[in-house]
Amino acid sequence: MAERLEVLKTYKTYVGGKFPRSESDRTYRVTNPKGTHIANACRCTRKDLRDAVVAARTAFGDWSNRSAYNRGQVLYRIAEMLEGRKEQFVKELELAGVKEKDARVEVHTAIDRLIYFAGWTDKISQVFGTVNPVASAHFNFSSPEATGVVGIIAPDKNPLLSAISMIAPVIASGNTCIIVSSETNPLPAVSFGEVLHASDVPGGVINILTGYRSEMVDSLSSHKDVNAIFNSIEEPETRKLIDENASISVKRTSHYSPDDWFAVEHENPYLVLEFMETKTTWHPVGF
Amino acid sequence: MSIAEIPDFKQTIPIDKIGVEERVSRLNKRSIKKESKLQALKLALSMIDHTTLEGKDSEGKVIQLCSKARTPYAPMPHLPHVAAVCVYPNMVATAKKALKGTNVKVASVATAFPSGMAQLHIKLDDTRFAVDQGADEIDMVISRGEFLKGNYSFIFDEIAAVKEACGSAHLKVILETGELETLENVRKASDIAMYAGADFIKTSTGKISPAATQPVTLVMLEAIRDFYIETGTMVGMKPAGGIRKAKEALQYLVLVKETLGAAWLTPEWFRFGASSLTNDLLMQIVKQETGVYQSIDYFSND
Amino acid sequence: MSDTISTNQPVDKTTNGSPKPTSPNSDLKFDFASFWEYSAAPESSDFVEIDPKYNHFINGEFVAPVKGRYMKSINPATEKVLCEFAEGTSEDVDSAVKAARKAYDKTWPKLSGKERGKYIFRIARMIQERAREFAITESMDGGKPIRESRDVDVPLAAAYFFYYAGWADKLEYAFPGRKPKSLGVCGQIIPWNFPLLMLAWKIAPALATGNTVVLKPAESTPITALKFAEICKDSGLPEGVVNIVTGAGQTGSEIVNHPDVNKIAFTGSTKVGKIIQKTLAGTDKKFTLELGGKGPNIVFEDAPLDQAVEGIINAIFFNQGHVCCAGSRLLVQEGVADTLIQKLKDRMETLIVGDPLDKNTDIGAINSKAQFERIQQYLEIGLNEGAEMYQSSCNVPENGYFCKPTIFTNVSQSNRIVQEEIFGPVLTIQTFRTPAEAIEKANNTPYGLASGIWTDKGSKIFKTGQSIRSGVMWSNTYNKFDPTSPFGGYNESGMGREGGLHGLYPYVKF
Repeated sequence: MAERLEVLKTYKTYVGGKFPRSESDRTYRVTNPKGTHIANACRCTRKDLRDAVVAARTAFGDWSNRSAYNRGQVLYRIAEMLEGRKEQFVKELELAGVKEKDARVEVHTAIDRLIYFAGWTDKISQVFGTVNPVASAHFNFSSPEATGVVGIIAPDKNPLLSAISMIAPVIASGNTCIIVSSETNPLPAVSFGEVLHASDVPGGVINILTGYRSEMVDSLSSHKDVNAIFNSIEEPETRKLIDENASISVKRTSHYSPDDWFAVEHENPYLVLEFMETKTTWHPVGF
Repeated sequence: MSIAEIPDFKQTIPIDKIGVEERVSRLNKRSIKKESKLQALKLALSMIDHTTLEGKDSEGKVIQLCSKARTPYAPMPHLPHVAAVCVYPNMVATAKKALKGTNVKVASVATAFPSGMAQLHIKLDDTRFAVDQGADEIDMVISRGEFLKGNYSFIFDEIAAVKEACGSAHLKVILETGELETLENVRKASDIAMYAGADFIKTSTGKISPAATQPVTLVMLEAIRDFYIETGTMVGMKPAGGIRKAKEALQYLVLVKETLGAAWLTPEWFRFGASSLTNDLLMQIVKQETGVYQSIDYFSND
Repeated sequence: MSDTISTNQPVDKTTNGSPKPTSPNSDLKFDFASFWEYSAAPESSDFVEIDPKYNHFINGEFVAPVKGRYMKSINPATEKVLCEFAEGTSEDVDSAVKAARKAYDKTWPKLSGKERGKYIFRIARMIQERAREFAITESMDGGKPIRESRDVDVPLAAAYFFYYAGWADKLEYAFPGRKPKSLGVCGQIIPWNFPLLMLAWKIAPALATGNTVVLKPAESTPITALKFAEICKDSGLPEGVVNIVTGAGQTGSEIVNHPDVNKIAFTGSTKVGKIIQKTLAGTDKKFTLELGGKGPNIVFEDAPLDQAVEGIINAIFFNQGHVCCAGSRLLVQEGVADTLIQKLKDRMETLIVGDPLDKNTDIGAINSKAQFERIQQYLEIGLNEGAEMYQSSCNVPENGYFCKPTIFTNVSQSNRIVQEEIFGPVLTIQTFRTPAEAIEKANNTPYGLASGIWTDKGSKIFKTGQSIRSGVMWSNTYNKFDPTSPFGGYNESGMGREGGLHGLYPYVKF
């Protein structure tokens, strides 16, 4: 019996709920650690980035206005969809040279991490909001709300888990994001886009780009319609570039480069707070 | 002058109490010193409706009151007399006689003061009686129960009828703001009274606590201001009850000055309904003029 | 006429009953000035001692600047020199940072939270004890009316120390699931609009969390910070915990760039904030920024209008408009625009501009010549942009830097006076028709510090408040501050919060 020829997937980007190719039509070779070619990925440009920011900004109003309960359900739905397709992700990680057992742990941890942050959406303002006992006859309360559009720069390590660990706390509070995926292995991130598409995440809430970081970080961190950068790249030049660019529009930056993405410490609400603003409201009290 | 359209009193003009209190508190920080203080003390004295409204009032008491009204402090004859005395209708004739030859007006409460719980014809008779006795000014009370029920047309019509009964006497309408409770009600009652023909609006009878307060007065002054803008007609203001100290009186004058301006700073447009305020003003005036702090023992109690 | 009124005919005021005299002001204007003027009521400044020359406060001692250079502090109401103060150079900053480092390594964070709290309580009390002196000094040095320095700046400064003093031994309750640690040496740079109050906002939470401080006050208003240094000394605060270095921008830059500073807290212009953020790029220094604003103050047609007028006055004329969170853009719904603007103009007529030390002064002196000129430039820009300018008819003193309260109507969103922070008593007025339009105009700015909403309808407050992106939302009030209430901006108005529990975050790590 002749062996069946496998149908290979074309990996595209995920922007605004659609799967466009890079406007440049350029791709780059993705290989496993042995150098074997495993796929071609889009080599996104600053123009793709620009489009992704527009998509994220457009989605922000609706996503941040949804009830916290609804956002929690959507995050949970992503986890459900990922669970259903976990074999695909295990296989994709294996393709890139990860042992089957390790790949399975990564996928499981990623699913559980989504569940963890799904549970925070409707608790964050309870735990971190305050009623402030001001001395005058006013009712005064503070609650955190989403900061806006967040640019995420993901590491190469544990490409699925690290991406999800960075996306989940950002979108849980109502932010939308653009993620620059792992450069060496962007395939799980792109496939994650397919999971998102099948779940109930509105288009534009999560936008996934692939390509050379060096061609995107500058534009992303200087873009004035991006409110914050969540960066995992430890390299001092990259961090400095991001910080300097951030000062153009007083952008918030958070540098986060853990050695171990599996550690339970990454499940923490302070990561959600990093991308929230505190709004304080005053009102007189009287007849 | 065109006749302004009468507003729909079912509509409430929103007022924020805390904001009003903050405004009053800021106005209270005006520091009145030196010449401006003496000027204001004398002005306040000239704006007093020197009042006795007791069940035990008698002719003798009223005659003494009138004597104080025309000459508040004999050692200083140049001081102004008060604006008016305020008495019950059956004391009007006595007061009128005692004040003959002076410019001190006689004001009379009427309309079943202080509760106003009587039928309209009784209130009108009460009013006509006081006017017949010689009252220059009538201080009527509104029917607070009807007001709180939302029966605004009743209030309006009653005031208009009393106004008619007043003839040439000036009508002051007492809102009894202590029973209206909210500043929005105070504003609404002020507007009804002014559109129905009040010459003055007045806070209180003095029989209910709280009587006059500065936030209530500010809201009424603002109603007068808006009514003036709307109709071109000036209406007077009289806080009454609870104002005992000269310092408070000056604070009220600041409220008037910075809300309505100089035109209202005359006894024609602003009055204090008070009894013990007269002596405190006198003590402060004498202190300002002599530099010596005063004792109440040196001032007659009438 | 309402159908609830049974009277058949409207009452004609001219014929019904006695004819009423009508106003002497035939054009229905109010005359607030012609009768009963307030006599001058100056606060006596006799007992306030301002030294002719001030030095840095480093390691618990007043020390002369290494380079021996001094600058002058001017009273903006008289244009006279109040005192000289040291100009800090890198040497001075270095010795201040070293003192702070030593205190951080040896004493301050090693004290129990309770003991640290007691020092801070003591400082709060000492500010209260010297309150009048601080108020007068603040008014002389910065030009703000004594009514504000006496009733707002100084009592609030003491209140911030009281509030954060109480946190010092309770930090474990502030951060659920985390153990907070102090950061180290904090460099703090504060502006000239609220000199003592901004010092309190910076120093109180820093000390409560166990950090030590090098603070630089603004070059036009250094005196209260140096008097505060006296309090640090009198209170027995361990040496080096608080260090005050005076000087201008260059001195601030030395602090920002000093390698042994762990955190920078800056309040000032967005322009300088961006420079600081850029300077700190790639370092591990934490920073918080409280920057500029162009606050929208939105009045809906169902607002309590007289209180809104008062709110507008507070929003833009408080502290001569030198307020980052000032409500400098009035957005008013078309139906009430004419009424509101007329009421506003009438209210502006009662504002008294003049001697900051007079207790009746509402608007004092513009803080400095440079700021005065900047405001004048904006007035010209506004006129050139075709806006209609209205100023109250008040008198202003001949000497000193004074600006009449000013409003601009007939402006559009694209005008510079609508877009840029003027930092003076200058209000622009735009109208809107629907809530959506108001929100769109309110958010159409790179800033996001504070906003005002005026309406009697609760649901409208919440929806508008939710939709406007700013850190403080004053509904039916404006320019209220409290130590328990977090303050800080979105977007280019800065990052981080000061005040309240949230104000502890910038001074700890986990």
